[in-house]
Amino acid sequence: MSADFDIAIIGAGAMGATTALHLARGGMRVALIDRGEICREASGVNAGTLTLHMTRAALIPYAMKGRELWLTAEQWLGRDVGARSAPGFSLAFTEAEEEMLVKRAAARSAMGAPIRLISPAEACAIDPGINPAIRAAAFCALDGHVTAYLTGRAYRQALTAAGVTMVEKIPVSAIEQQGSGYLIHGTCGTRLSAKRIVLAGGVWLESMLAMLGLRAAVKCLINQLVITERMRPVMRSVVGIANGLLSLKQFENGSVLIGGGWQGRGDPIRGGVEPIPDNLIGNIRLARHAIPALGETRVVRIWLGLESETADAMPMIGPLPGMEGAYVIGCVHSGYTSAPYMGQLLAELILGGEPEMPLFDPARLIENTASSVRTVA
Amino acid sequence: MTDETDLIVVGGGPAGVEAALAASERGLSVRLVDEAPQAGGQVYRAPPRAFGAKSQQKADRLGVALRDRLCASTVQTHFDHIVWSVSPGYRIDALGPNGAVSWRARAVIAATGAQERVVPFPGWTLPGVTGLAGATIMLKSQGMLPGGLTLVAGQGPLLLAVAMGILKAGGKLAAVVDLASQAEWLADWPAIASRPDLAWRGLSWQMALRRAGVPMLYRHAIREAEAKGDQLLVTLGPVDAGGAPIAGPEREFLVDAVTVGNGLTAATDITRLLRAGHRFEALRGGWVPERDEDFRTTLSGLYVAGDGAGIAGAAAAAIDGRLAALAVAHDLGRLSDETYQRLTMPLRRKARKAKRFGTAMAKLMALRPAQVAAIAAGTIVCRCEDVTRGEICAAVREGARGVNQVKAWTRCGMGPCQGRICGDIIGQLVTGTGNARVEAGYFTGRTPFRPLPLDELAPPIAYGDLQLPPPAPL
Ligand SMILES: Cc1cc2nc3c(=O)[nH]c(=O)nc-3n(C[C@H](O)[C@H](O)[C@H](O)COP(=O)(O)OP(=O)(O)OC[C@H]3O[C@@H](n4cnc5c(N)ncnc54)[C@H](O)[C@@H]3O)c2cc1C
Ligand SMILES: Cc1cc2nc3c(=O)[nH]c(=O)nc-3n(C[C@H](O)[C@H](O)[C@H](O)COP(=O)(O)OP(=O)(O)OC[C@H]3O[C@@H](n4cnc5c(N)ncnc54)[C@H](O)[C@@H]3O)c2cc1C
Repeated sequence: MSADFDIAIIGAGAMGATTALHLARGGMRVALIDRGEICREASGVNAGTLTLHMTRAALIPYAMKGRELWLTAEQWLGRDVGARSAPGFSLAFTEAEEEMLVKRAAARSAMGAPIRLISPAEACAIDPGINPAIRAAAFCALDGHVTAYLTGRAYRQALTAAGVTMVEKIPVSAIEQQGSGYLIHGTCGTRLSAKRIVLAGGVWLESMLAMLGLRAAVKCLINQLVITERMRPVMRSVVGIANGLLSLKQFENGSVLIGGGWQGRGDPIRGGVEPIPDNLIGNIRLARHAIPALGETRVVRIWLGLESETADAMPMIGPLPGMEGAYVIGCVHSGYTSAPYMGQLLAELILGGEPEMPLFDPARLIENTASSVRTVA
Repeated sequence: MTDETDLIVVGGGPAGVEAALAASERGLSVRLVDEAPQAGGQVYRAPPRAFGAKSQQKADRLGVALRDRLCASTVQTHFDHIVWSVSPGYRIDALGPNGAVSWRARAVIAATGAQERVVPFPGWTLPGVTGLAGATIMLKSQGMLPGGLTLVAGQGPLLLAVAMGILKAGGKLAAVVDLASQAEWLADWPAIASRPDLAWRGLSWQMALRRAGVPMLYRHAIREAEAKGDQLLVTLGPVDAGGAPIAGPEREFLVDAVTVGNGLTAATDITRLLRAGHRFEALRGGWVPERDEDFRTTLSGLYVAGDGAGIAGAAAAAIDGRLAALAVAHDLGRLSDETYQRLTMPLRRKARKAKRFGTAMAKLMALRPAQVAAIAAGTIVCRCEDVTRGEICAAVREGARGVNQVKAWTRCGMGPCQGRICGDIIGQLVTGTGNARVEAGYFTGRTPFRPLPLDELAPPIAYGDLQLPPPAPL
């Protein structure tokens, strides 16, 4: 029996969508399946910071490639996603933070990030919005931001043009091995078959892997973000602090986005449900300390998104152990920045090429619990 | 300060006040929170205390009586407090004159009322154009008129109420423009007549308007409004029963102000935030919380009452509030099954009667899909973000299927009002392509329920006093 598709990608976030796009352009018949609509989870609700100040040191080379791809999205994706280059800062307000800043800047520059320490006066000259009470600042010219909520629109258009079959609002409930391929079961009795599969389920990867009888722990972070109403220009850089607990930027429309990984409540089943009021107020206090003019504006919306992390906090990208033609991609720290590059790397591998940079072998994290494929209730 | 009470009621309109009173009468400890300076909600909105003057109007007398009963009760009231978050458990976060506060309660009644809906037309965002409901607030709380010569348009009972309010306050009316025909009002007459006092008031208002020589145009709607110096040139035209424009003579009026409204939608911020179940009921103002007949939502400890549970009017709201409070008392183990049945029986009877009237009113206020379908491509639908109908439909054509995806792709509903004004219209436009309204969904509920001044939410403190979580990994 011939399969409906050469490959099915399950999960239409930036990871799955990029992989699908390159596979289709590489000549494969591709289906991209999502239980919701394209890029409505982490990839559509994230802060869109392209900063190297917050990227894990080991992932810096990947993030630099990803940043470049976002900034040139019009060329390869066909549409600008509001990506803008901007100077980036990491600030220190205390002696302890300064110590951390120096250490972290050194580790990241060692991995190729052009980060250098500058004086408070120099930092305030580049961005007069910054609180002059800082003790130290690290500067990186390669920074910027993307308007994440536009991601799905750009990808959907490109995917459709590349001939990818979009299957939205169909949750995959089981995956069955069938001959040398896979039979994918969705809700309401929908089924499709594919010779190969890519699992790109973000924070839901743990339950997706379980559908193949594979076990890997995927931790779920519940990141909070705060958006203000439009205000006069109060900052022109992307601002963070040494400990990584702040990410701050002002968009062209005047609204300011406050993030930094402060946690709210939620889980993979219910989604990001609600902020923890004390965390919310802490995050906002930190933001206005960094950019004092934020005291003038109003908060219009607070939301939460789910971010995935493996046991060793490093990505899971590559072939699944013991499964013919099955791959996984996800759990990348600062994963929005690098998604356009990570997806391209995995597609290169699947298309039979040699990826430009090394992937992240999932085998180190995965335990095979069954020889036959099982389904999850 | 998080001392726990049995119940917190959010919203001090008729539903909320009656709920708070009924619960306190059963011995529950109760807090009532409202962003307004006094109890009364929209319908019994109090004039500012400084105005002082004793008013003779019935709504005002009822409002005073409501506030007096509340004062005499054991309910702890917190006015001038914006509730901006409700967390399960339950914790209520509010912003008041002294900054951020929070309280805990075993149960919550959301009695947050309704918000205005306007079907957009070219010019609806011009200065000088206000909502019908907004106009009633100005008239009641400030004694302020919308402008000099005013044109009143739209549908439902607020139309006449606003027109009459303007006339009584000494204002001048250019015309009253009703989407409904006179026959539609009469068709519901039996239900309307179930409240003889209100029916009589409605009739006497119509007569008063005619006596004052105000043109009354039925089955008409505004085609567009255009700025002419300080004034507005309004073009009106005939519509069919579905609200779609039809050929026929158009009329122009040069006026100082326009107030226009197309009914109300339920304020469901709290139930949407907490992910309670909702269902779509066009006749009750769109998406409303799923509830049982005692106003329990799908979440334990969370109740709704009044227009926030589905548009049914002030009279029904007061009874609903009492029923919800009794359900709370019962569920907290403070009322035996038997007493509960005995106390709720007469209320249910009253509720059925109030509902008949409320339903007749709601029918007159319901959105007319053909009117929405006729909105021109260039017309702004989301006024906070200036998103047009054409942009919304382009997103749908590109494959956005739900309102939340349309929002992401166009920014509609992302401004300070968070889709509270345009959400129902956007849902209808997304549906226009054939999807069922249910599939298009509703905007995900998020905090804060109102835009919050950042300075009040997080006043500056010494950096050393900030409680920081552990650093992110390197
Ligand atoms: C609030 C927040 C802020 C962030 N800020 C930044 C930042 O500033 N910079 C940065 O670089 N990174 C940031 N990140 C991280 C980044 O967003 C993620 O790493 C990245 O988007 C992950 O992409 P993904 O495709 O793996 O996952 P997702 O985008 O979550 O996609 C997974 C998809 O799988 C689908 N799916 C799940 N289960 C099923 C099923 N059973 N069947 C079918 N489909 C299914 C989901 O619906 C979803 O669409 C942030 C994350 C969050 C949550
Ligand atoms: C603007 C407006 C004007 C109206 N004018 C009239 C009229 O003139 N005549 C008439 O018959 N009907 C009018 N209605 C309809 C009328 O309000 C309802 O039929 C009836 O009052 C419903 O009672 P309720 O208690 O459910 O809601 P409401 O009376 O609307 O009371 C809800 C209360 O909750 C408060 N509230 C809501 N959210 C929060 C929050 N997050 N934090 C703190 N407080 C909150 C509001 O301030 C309000 O006081 C109007 C409705 C609106 C929206």
